[in-house]
Amino acid sequence: MTLDLFIAGFGGQGVLLLGNLLAYAAILEGKNASYFPAYGVEKRGGAATCTVVISDDEVASPVVGRPGCAILLNQASLDKYLPRVRPGGWALVNSSLAEENLPRVAPIEVLALPLTELALDVGDARLVNLVAAGIWARKSQALTLASLESALRKVLPERNHRFIPLNVEALKRGAALIAS
Amino acid sequence: MDQRLFVKGNEAVAMGALAAGCRYYFGYPITPQSDIPEFTARELPRLGGTFIQAESEIAAINMLLGASACGMRAMTSSSSPGISLKQEGLSYMAGSELPGLVVNICRSGPGLGGIDASQADYFQAVKGGGHGGYRLIVLAPHSVQEMYDLALLAFDLSDRYRIPAMLLGDSVIGQMKEALIPHPRAQVELPPKDWAVRGKQEGAPQRVVKSLYLGDGELEAHNWRLHERYALLEARETRWEGLHTDDAELLVTAFGITARIAKSAVRMAREAGFKVGLLRPVSLFPFPREAFRTVTLVTKKVLCCELNTGQMVEDVRLSVARDAEVYFYGRPPGAGSLPTPEEFAEQIARYCGGAA
Amino acid sequence: MSQVEIPVFTAPRSLKPVVTHFCPGCQHGTVHRLVAEALDHFAVQERTIGVASVGCSVFLYEYFAIDVVESPHGRAPAVATGVKRALPDRVVFTYQGDGDLAAIGTSEIIHAANRGEALTVIFVNNTTYGMTGGQMAPTTLAGQQTSTSPYGRDPANDGSPIRMAELLAQLDGTRFSARVAVDSPRHVIQAGRVIREAFATQIQARGFAFVEVLATCPTNWGMNPVQANQRIAAELIPCFPLGTFKKIESQS
Repeated sequence: MTLDLFIAGFGGQGVLLLGNLLAYAAILEGKNASYFPAYGVEKRGGAATCTVVISDDEVASPVVGRPGCAILLNQASLDKYLPRVRPGGWALVNSSLAEENLPRVAPIEVLALPLTELALDVGDARLVNLVAAGIWARKSQALTLASLESALRKVLPERNHRFIPLNVEALKRGAALIAS
Repeated sequence: MDQRLFVKGNEAVAMGALAAGCRYYFGYPITPQSDIPEFTARELPRLGGTFIQAESEIAAINMLLGASACGMRAMTSSSSPGISLKQEGLSYMAGSELPGLVVNICRSGPGLGGIDASQADYFQAVKGGGHGGYRLIVLAPHSVQEMYDLALLAFDLSDRYRIPAMLLGDSVIGQMKEALIPHPRAQVELPPKDWAVRGKQEGAPQRVVKSLYLGDGELEAHNWRLHERYALLEARETRWEGLHTDDAELLVTAFGITARIAKSAVRMAREAGFKVGLLRPVSLFPFPREAFRTVTLVTKKVLCCELNTGQMVEDVRLSVARDAEVYFYGRPPGAGSLPTPEEFAEQIARYCGGAA
Repeated sequence: MSQVEIPVFTAPRSLKPVVTHFCPGCQHGTVHRLVAEALDHFAVQERTIGVASVGCSVFLYEYFAIDVVESPHGRAPAVATGVKRALPDRVVFTYQGDGDLAAIGTSEIIHAANRGEALTVIFVNNTTYGMTGGQMAPTTLAGQQTSTSPYGRDPANDGSPIRMAELLAQLDGTRFSARVAVDSPRHVIQAGRVIREAFATQIQARGFAFVEVLATCPTNWGMNPVQANQRIAAELIPCFPLGTFKKIESQS
């Protein structure tokens, strides 16, 4: 089984951390994974994108043309990357900041959820990436919440470990949306 | 739980170098390889090693020359524009028969170009980028694990043959993260560094590390000696990976990140029923000429994919059996020009004669 | 009556017993001897590594009975940095000419000094590129004719002669910087003392030491050895004053 995922948003939404987290959790589960940060010249405020491939076999290309899944956190990302999701795939869209304006070109499933509002409800808009992680893990059934929780300890710098309980709450909030 | 780490390619290559016993790093910051000096700046002092952020790329390669002349395992790293500046030092190291590791995390050019992944420095790396007709040992990692493994191999080969080694990576391999299983250096027997300067002891011969040969016939003899060593490398040290080459009607070839993309494309094409294989050179110098010749005795079509407008394809053409056809597909590097597996798969279908 | 020969003058141990190939009146030989005497004085020949540069200076290993690493043009201070960091207990010196150190290698010398590398740098300033045939150097005097300043060096076009000993003395990392000449017995004795001091700076772990030696190049100056020697006092010293510009006694 191979899952490929494209994540995009603006800088500060935790796109790269989200990609890191999912790939690391996959590694902890004994799978293979690649995380490829596409990065711009600006450090903040610009577009942030990354590609994650998770596989039971060797990961071939870490670069994906048409991903099976996309997590799109703002309007610009939605407009640019939704048409790239391959037929039969699905996308998680942050409806707090983006709506589908263009006619859909391929048969894909779009899951539009107010991720920023959910994050605010947990306590901080910056938790939007963790809410998305919970949703993605549960919907794709690729990763357990336990391994995501373990991965959090690895990908967050030590100084941010005090935020782990809040991060875990955001993960669970996301996952609960799918379970119900 | 296995001992897998999850690290960037740039970190893996630095970890591999340290595992190889390298305790000297000299470098200058440049995107997209600055993780390497950042890692070595943090780790080398803890190991009793030396890290110097040099005033220039030129100074860095010459500090490497100095440490290597003392018999130490030493390294530098940079990216394309910086590697251009190091060519003088590399030529002197080659002429002085000094080992050492240079990591090139290629970015796009010419000139300042951009920071996107590139394979446009293949010629510079494998044909001897500086003056004087020398070669480097050039290895092309295509994964985070290989960044580590080939750093270890590069030091061993470089010490054995007294030829500087280059790891030719790119900004995708450098920046991407994958699982890494670190392992200690293999215990291989290497020739003693009885040429290294150390202070001339009473009665012992003077040791001079140099590339100047002015006596009648001296320089010619020196160049023949180097040439013979390059031939020895070709005979003994070529490395490549083959995939589905037994029944292939079309052989795809690519190195580094392009080979990873090609692996997905080959998988897609196989699923679509095309008989396609892959030959990935791991050593770019020495180039796996014999492997290409052998495969193309049977497989008569070769598609070379590169992130440039055609460089390795020249070596492929020189290596294949006479009646094999060699095609090229590539794009010059730059923002947005990284090819996708789907794109390569289309090319495979084209050369396999349309639909399967 | 029996006679006992007591040698009062012998060749330094650190030099090889070879015949010079330098031009008549060239002072590289004198400078070599002073450096070798300093190595003998401190009995460090066996733990000294010389770093040769490009130009007439490259032939260091033909004359010194020590291990030597050859560097690209101007890069000797960077190569020496690598050597000294790899073998910190060795005595490491570079031997460079004016084109090498003060033109193509300005970056390397300034930053090696600024890092306070524990090196001794011997800088032979003869105001011209000797080996390549007498072209203009950064230290060529105003008005001096060379093969690339056939009408004389014009400061408006070419800048003025660069004073490296004073320039390097400005840097925190430099612990010793001086300029000497070898045009008279008195100056030779003085130069020997200063070069010894520059090696003492390294041996006593005080840090970076620099000695600029004003020297002749009769061939490219178009002079005979006596005239060339006279030019040192008449023209060079007025532009490049002799003296010690910096000396810090404490350890770095």
